[in-house]
Amino acid sequence: MAPAFVAYAAFVLVPLGMSIYYSLLRWDGIGKARFHGLTNYLTVLTDNDLLQIIGNAFQLVLYFTLIPVLLGLAVAAAIRSHMDGRFGTITRTVLFLPQVIPLVAAGIAWSWMFASTGLVNQTLKAIGLSDWARGWLGDFVWALPAVGIIGAWVLLGLCTMLLVTGITKIDPSLYEAARLDGARPWHEFRYITLPGLRQEIGVCITVTVIAALASFDIVYISTQGGPGITTTVPGLEIYRLAFAHRQVGLASALAIVLMVLVLITIAPVQWFTRDKK
Amino acid sequence: MKTTAPNTLLARGLIIVLMIVTLLPFLSMLSAALAPQGSYPNGLQWPTDPQWGNFVRAFEVARMDQLLLSSTLIVLGVVPVSVLIATMAGYGLAKLTSNKYKWLYLIFVFGLTLPFEAVITPLYYEVRALGLLNTRFAIILPLIGLYMPFSVYWMRAHFLNVPHDLTEAAQLDGATRWKEFWLVQVPLARPAIMSLTILLFLWTWNQFLLPVVLVQDPMQRTMAGALGAFQGQWGTDIPLLCAGSLLILAPTVALFLVFQRQFVAALMQGAVKG
Repeated sequence: MAPAFVAYAAFVLVPLGMSIYYSLLRWDGIGKARFHGLTNYLTVLTDNDLLQIIGNAFQLVLYFTLIPVLLGLAVAAAIRSHMDGRFGTITRTVLFLPQVIPLVAAGIAWSWMFASTGLVNQTLKAIGLSDWARGWLGDFVWALPAVGIIGAWVLLGLCTMLLVTGITKIDPSLYEAARLDGARPWHEFRYITLPGLRQEIGVCITVTVIAALASFDIVYISTQGGPGITTTVPGLEIYRLAFAHRQVGLASALAIVLMVLVLITIAPVQWFTRDKK
Repeated sequence: MKTTAPNTLLARGLIIVLMIVTLLPFLSMLSAALAPQGSYPNGLQWPTDPQWGNFVRAFEVARMDQLLLSSTLIVLGVVPVSVLIATMAGYGLAKLTSNKYKWLYLIFVFGLTLPFEAVITPLYYEVRALGLLNTRFAIILPLIGLYMPFSVYWMRAHFLNVPHDLTEAAQLDGATRWKEFWLVQVPLARPAIMSLTILLFLWTWNQFLLPVVLVQDPMQRTMAGALGAFQGQWGTDIPLLCAGSLLILAPTVALFLVFQRQFVAALMQGAVKG
């Protein structure tokens, strides 16, 4: 037990403590640090740009979480049985591919998809929507949704498979009983499928929300946070503040705020979806 | 009467659409990778004269052989040590401690949701103070620590499920704790250890933030970190960029295809427990 704790303490707990300490300083990382009290936190919570950056992360949650969970639920509700045989194997293999590759590679692949000569525009032109074609990742309005789509693509397969596996564990007799009682498909979904999948949905939401709030790789590769700061997320801003702008104190304050935001966003999800024993 | 047949068809249809959406970015990259050098290819268009040579060029430009070596060294530095100490800690927390040590476990669990970004700045100064900046140890040592919450949590969950009788039986046979751990518990934990190994391998191989911050030289980085540098350098040469990206993601995909069952199981359980 000791070695694990030492490693954990040395490279997580100590840095975390230092993060909190730095966050109270005004320090450029080289010269002398000055005690700054809670000013950095005040800045994080009042500065318009930083608030927008935090807001961006929560907007990403909409894409990273909602799309995979809703699509996954649709597939699970429709299939409601094991995926056996060849089809099942192929499905699993294909849907898990995005989980195996580096997020950076997903970012590059989709930068190319969204490029002006990329597949997205090519498709739009082919179906007569040339007006819609644009450089998606350079567009002030569309860049953030485009980044959101990349994350949704990465997480889609994992959520789908988790939900499909989860639904096979629901006792089929529940559905039969409901049908005998004359339940409509919507009712079945609402009163059997959703409660039965509560845990799996909780897992999907937890994983995807953390992926969105703590995102870095995809944004760094696909947009560098631009245009303007429309796609900048806290993870990228911490990196920039600390290593490009040399505002170590402010970066650390943002880091602590991000950690707390993740915790308080996840806590209710865990609470509501835990297995009630 | 409703039957399930249309439902199954609908489901298959949906799944096939999902699969196509999943595969399209890869196909689009492949088609671009085969376009003539320096050209501006279209999204998805099979080239009339596929330039397989682009892959050779990308292999040389990206110095793939060195990248593979570097990533392998980093994985070898991180994974065995992490798995070993997490297994011991997981066993300790599950079997050896009373409730008095519950706080220790809670401290580990607290780290589960910690974004790496929250500690990256102090890690930089810590690694610099250790004189390890720009070496592979700058990635290896912090990662071992950062993976501990999940790894310990994972192994503890496994050991909690091992019946207590087993320990007692081993002790009756005169085994010491240490012997019992190595000869009884570890062999039984093989599936859990296997899954943990796969997950840690993937996360290390694909780790991006640490290499970008802590290691300047792409040749000392992980694959993912090197890919970032590759994009920075060749981002405008779409065919070369796509060929290089495909090469860089090929090793994990190949391993995944071979050990498909184990990978899928590990990833699913990893999500559920994590």
